[in-house]
Amino acid sequence: MAEIEIQTAAAPAGRARQIGDIILEVEDITLTFGGLTAIDNVSFNVREHEIFSIIGPNGAGKSSMLNVINGVYHPQKGQITFNGKTRKQMKAHHSAAEGIARTFQNIALFKGMTVLDNVMTGRNKMMKSNFLTQAIYWGKGRREEMEHRRKVEDVIDFLEIQSIRKTPVGRLPYGLQKRVELARALAAEPKLLLLDEPMAGMNVEEKEDMCRFVLDINDEYGTTIILIEHDMGVVMDLSDRVVVLNYGGKITDGTPDEVCNNQAVIDAYLGVTE
Amino acid sequence: MFYRETGQFKTSYSADEAIFPIRQDFVGFWIIMAIAFVGIPLIANEYYFTAILVPFLISGLAALGLNILTGYAGQLSLGSAAFMSVGAFSAWNFITRIPEMPFLISFILSGVIAAAVGIFFGIPSLRIKGFYLAVATLAAQFFIEWIFTHVGWFYNYDPSGSITTPPLTLFGFELISPMSRYYVTLTIVTVMALLAKNMMRCSVGRDFMAVRDMDIAAEVIGIPMLKTKLLAFAISSFYLGIAGALWAFTYLGNVEPAAFDIAMSLRILFMIIIGGVGTILGSFIGAAFIMLLPIFLNLGAHALFGDLISQQLLVVSELMVFGGLIIFFLIIEPHGMARLWQIVKEKIRMWPFPY
Repeated sequence: MAEIEIQTAAAPAGRARQIGDIILEVEDITLTFGGLTAIDNVSFNVREHEIFSIIGPNGAGKSSMLNVINGVYHPQKGQITFNGKTRKQMKAHHSAAEGIARTFQNIALFKGMTVLDNVMTGRNKMMKSNFLTQAIYWGKGRREEMEHRRKVEDVIDFLEIQSIRKTPVGRLPYGLQKRVELARALAAEPKLLLLDEPMAGMNVEEKEDMCRFVLDINDEYGTTIILIEHDMGVVMDLSDRVVVLNYGGKITDGTPDEVCNNQAVIDAYLGVTE
Repeated sequence: MFYRETGQFKTSYSADEAIFPIRQDFVGFWIIMAIAFVGIPLIANEYYFTAILVPFLISGLAALGLNILTGYAGQLSLGSAAFMSVGAFSAWNFITRIPEMPFLISFILSGVIAAAVGIFFGIPSLRIKGFYLAVATLAAQFFIEWIFTHVGWFYNYDPSGSITTPPLTLFGFELISPMSRYYVTLTIVTVMALLAKNMMRCSVGRDFMAVRDMDIAAEVIGIPMLKTKLLAFAISSFYLGIAGALWAFTYLGNVEPAAFDIAMSLRILFMIIIGGVGTILGSFIGAAFIMLLPIFLNLGAHALFGDLISQQLLVVSELMVFGGLIIFFLIIEPHGMARLWQIVKEKIRMWPFPY
């Protein structure tokens, strides 16, 4: 019965991190809820293998922007080009099929399931065997389950959550839950990973761990990452480029240094003296 | 003690993902199977088969059907009995109109028809959730009951409005004796429970649970809402349909649409709430609780106070004790008796050193 043996996690082929062509192009996105304009005519682009941050004060439209990118919200105006495909609107599960994964600001794990099941769910969209072959648990359905289990174990090793594999996620502390959520997103082998405040509410140590994981993912898997984060130290250290939003509009974008020294950004954060 | 997994090392993922990964569970399963297939037939009499075992197994299967929909996929439904009646009436029509067809195929086809009806009544689940969906499934309950009462074709214009099932035949033998009907029921229920267990631990089950626990996140991960919810309705109704067919053929023998009324739907719902929402085992524990406890209370009460107090008082007090027990178990474990069993297992794994 040892047709599938446990392998130690072979590190994914280390890709030299080299910023490539534009992978995501956001053009003139406007999103309104009734009379409220959440995003107002924002454009930016993200390049392959890049860590790209979206910052801005509360209510600036950062999370809405992520929701637009992965199809949860449908913008009134504008279009998004991901991986060569242009679209105006898209269903959330289609964006997952195209290789966009995300984590949520408020942890959105499946509370009734174990860590392993949660991470496996990240790969469900790749499982093609139908429910009948799964019901008899023989042949294709079973083989597929084992193949995906092995890939999931790689992710579990990568994020160092081996010891909590079989624990129901509801029992885990907050920091670990965030990490499991990252594992679930990563298990989908995304081209683009959207992280919505992955370090919110963490202590310094947990933050450092999370930063290391973000960098490692970017390094080893070559995943393009869009990051929303309020901790400016983290943002400035990790990001290749930053876009700043305020009241739904874009203030500026550029490298962390450029953004730091931009007067409009300083005004938005600190207020303007009359 | 005896329930320890110490020393049981898994050397492959397939061993880790086995249906009973712990050896004691595996052995326990086969012991239960041996008792059910060999032990019980040796000691049980006709009354046990027809009045206790067969209805218990069938309600367990029905509860399992609802548990797939409500417990795993999180879609509350009050139309379970209606889907059972679809199964019962289609099986009857298949078997009486096409007698050459083996009954297993008729049963499967009637399950498929129940699944189709389930998909139709599951469409509202895309827009509404929770209690509102439960009310929407009530429509299925009333509508289907009405159809089977008023459209004569379904019961072949029998003046009594009910259907009388012919005996099932297997390889030329008529399954008339209570024991043979018990074996048919037990085999079908066991196979279907194992299939359900397999489905629920593969990606289908994870899809369902993801939709139940956090539907937005499920969709963002790439789980199509429409397909998953309708599949849950289909599988659940298939199970309920088969349970309904068994109810008519191996239990009652003569059913009318009123046998599958709202009270029955509610009883199935209570089974999964008491037994454990989202567990296969819980469906059967709940069925045992709801179906068997009143019988044992009745027997016990008669044995203890049969001569002392009046018959009416006895009936009332049985109901009171039954209600009290339901409340008692819900208070000590709101997640159902299957969860209680799980806690016990966790405790004895650690015993006597709960570190």
